[in-house]
Amino acid sequence: MTNDELNQPGYEIPPEIKNQVAITTIDRIYNWSRRSSIWPMMFGLACCAIEMICTAASRFDFARFGMEVMRPSPRQADLLLVSGTVTKKMVPQIVRLYNQMPEPKYVVAMGACASGGGPFKEGYNVVSGIDNYIPVDVYIPGCPPTPQALLHGLITLQKKIDNQTLREARWYKKDVSEVIPVPVLGPDIMDPREYELIRQYSQQKSATTVSEALEGESNPV
Amino acid sequence: MMEQAILTDVDLAEKFPQKVKRDERKGYEGYLVDADAFLQVAQFVRDEMGYDYLSSVTGVDYFPENYLESVYHFYRTTGGPALVLKVQTPRDNAVVPSLVPLYPGAEFQEREAWDLLGIRYEGHPDLRRILMWEGFAGHPLRKDWREPYYEEDGKPFKSRWPDGHVYRIEDKNPFHKNVDYPADFDPDQWAPDNDASLYASLKKIQSSLSDSGLKTDTVIVNMGPQHPSTHGVFRMVVLLEGETIRALKPVMGYLHRNHEKIGERNTFLMNMPFTDRLDYLSSMSNNFGYALAVEKLMGIQPPERAEYLRVIMAEFTRISNHLFAIGSLLNDLGAYFTPMLYAIEERELILDIFEAVAGSRMMCNYFRFGGVARDLPEGVYEKMRDLAYERLPRRIDELDLYLTNNEIIRARCEGVGVLTAEDAIAFSASGPLLRASGVPYDIRRADPYSIYDRFEFDVAVRYHGDVYDRYLIRMDEIRQSIRILQQAIRDLPEGPIQSGKPQYQVRVPAGEAYGRVEAPKGELGYYVVSNGKPNPWRYHVRAPSFVNITALETMAKGNKVADSVAILGSIDIVLGELDR
Repeated sequence: MTNDELNQPGYEIPPEIKNQVAITTIDRIYNWSRRSSIWPMMFGLACCAIEMICTAASRFDFARFGMEVMRPSPRQADLLLVSGTVTKKMVPQIVRLYNQMPEPKYVVAMGACASGGGPFKEGYNVVSGIDNYIPVDVYIPGCPPTPQALLHGLITLQKKIDNQTLREARWYKKDVSEVIPVPVLGPDIMDPREYELIRQYSQQKSATTVSEALEGESNPV
Repeated sequence: MMEQAILTDVDLAEKFPQKVKRDERKGYEGYLVDADAFLQVAQFVRDEMGYDYLSSVTGVDYFPENYLESVYHFYRTTGGPALVLKVQTPRDNAVVPSLVPLYPGAEFQEREAWDLLGIRYEGHPDLRRILMWEGFAGHPLRKDWREPYYEEDGKPFKSRWPDGHVYRIEDKNPFHKNVDYPADFDPDQWAPDNDASLYASLKKIQSSLSDSGLKTDTVIVNMGPQHPSTHGVFRMVVLLEGETIRALKPVMGYLHRNHEKIGERNTFLMNMPFTDRLDYLSSMSNNFGYALAVEKLMGIQPPERAEYLRVIMAEFTRISNHLFAIGSLLNDLGAYFTPMLYAIEERELILDIFEAVAGSRMMCNYFRFGGVARDLPEGVYEKMRDLAYERLPRRIDELDLYLTNNEIIRARCEGVGVLTAEDAIAFSASGPLLRASGVPYDIRRADPYSIYDRFEFDVAVRYHGDVYDRYLIRMDEIRQSIRILQQAIRDLPEGPIQSGKPQYQVRVPAGEAYGRVEAPKGELGYYVVSNGKPNPWRYHVRAPSFVNITALETMAKGNKVADSVAILGSIDIVLGELDR
């Protein structure tokens, strides 16, 4: 970021110290330093992870944007790059990892699968989009997104960070980040927040099967 | 076993009358074996007929006929075509004797058939679900099992084609997501398995450990599914005595994307882009195997130029895959990302070629039944020639110079994770894993497909079976691939790239076919059953990573826990293919 972008407009800086002094706001300097040193979590799910590695490698090199420090531990990471198909068997782990990340934290859904299920959407073990479970900041289309597309998505995230302000940031609020309940592996994946709905659904289902059987209309395939 | 003369051309139906009969359904091959005589027949096949290599075990659900069929493909490691055995069993009580005592390589494949089709293998030492979790409702590959987003049995769905009234399937689901629950289910009463059965099977091993007189404690350590050295979302659970591995259980399914269920809803051609996403580091090889299987069913041959293009792309894929494998093995050893950067640099050049011919870097979707999708664009031939003749040989020598005699690599790799030749065959290992153990078995030579019989190349083989040899064999194979590439690029003929007119909907006659290729990671097989309809009745992928991982425990046992990472890295797994 050049001095011009960092400087808060409206404050006159004498020309003789123009390159040594910047007058800025807390928001700007804070966001500037955060967005220039995003540490992504080293966490690959599927095909997109390979393109993520390629983006980290010398040809595309996201170190240019201050993101080269990939941390294998969620406790040291700012950015969860969900790079690939999220399966029902994996989603409890992803939610747990997300919960373990300290605020401020961001989530990028990389690729069609993480954004909405992608080509595997209809699969019985596939979660149609990680946003069913955790909040997502940036969606990157593609299957897999090219490294250029991933870079564009990360720059978009930087822009988002630039526009945040301390006054409204959720991690400075009094009642800080609420923990997302970890889904449970039942006969199908179960979100603990939906237990009531599941119970209703399953009672309704048994009622309809009973009535269908009584009417003799049940149709075994 | 080898002293005995190997019987060839035995008619099993004559040898075991009443128990075995020829499979006479149209388009099918092999023998139907009675379940109660199956072990006896399998023993005969292994010991007397020399079929020492069990390639694939899978099941097929013949739904209206109401039976399940367990299908086995046996090969000889000396080369030659397959022997196919099938065991039929009723659907409501599906029990088949387990082959694990005779062929340990069947272990995970049988668990998969149990998980997805509900065939119970009697005598299996550890029959648990493998891809789904314990407690999951139903066996999803059964034909009457429906996923929550079920719309119709086969694509194209009537709602989308030809009229195209598209709606979001989420809107029809009460939860607005991909879930469904059985009737009369109360989530509060549910007790999740939480890997209890997994730990129970480890405890069983723990109690069988020999008592040395010293009082020692064992510890169970989990690694993964989120771990940078598992190459994705793989998980292993090790039982340690001090630092020594006493038992190891791989846990998988964290990337199980239901390839086979979706594949059975798709039309034949729709599966081609899905195969890209199996082993996402080598999509061209995946296309190759699937194209071969369906072409076998259809009885067509691609034209000459297409054959050459296929071989060129498959060998480039092998090089890029092995580069990545070597890079990530060194990552696992602690040479953090520097060798990887060298490897990725060359890989990017190969990806550029793929992008030029197929339009995509990784998911090429380049093969078609009876040919390939596009011809070479302008300038790509020269690029390929320069790469194969100039750049790659030089850069491989450079990598070799930097890595092969490195003191640390030798100290970490030599003598670690040994797999003997006998074990490698018994565990159905394939590809570099098998050849590094001293078995010169390469499908390109042993059971040639496409035009591989025209090229001059050596089957790379190493004899120690340790991590270091598995590293070396990848170097050797890159060099052999470059030899093949040089010949194929030199001889590339002009001509059409597709036999007949390209078409969206191919007509595939009823029958079964098993097409296999020597993919970079090992034997990649596709078992396809067609009933003459637009969608395959059964579509099974015999993935090399999945079967190779069966030998992991044997390789890791007795080694230190720190070496388990190197051993896993030397197998070179890809999760997309392991879990499918």
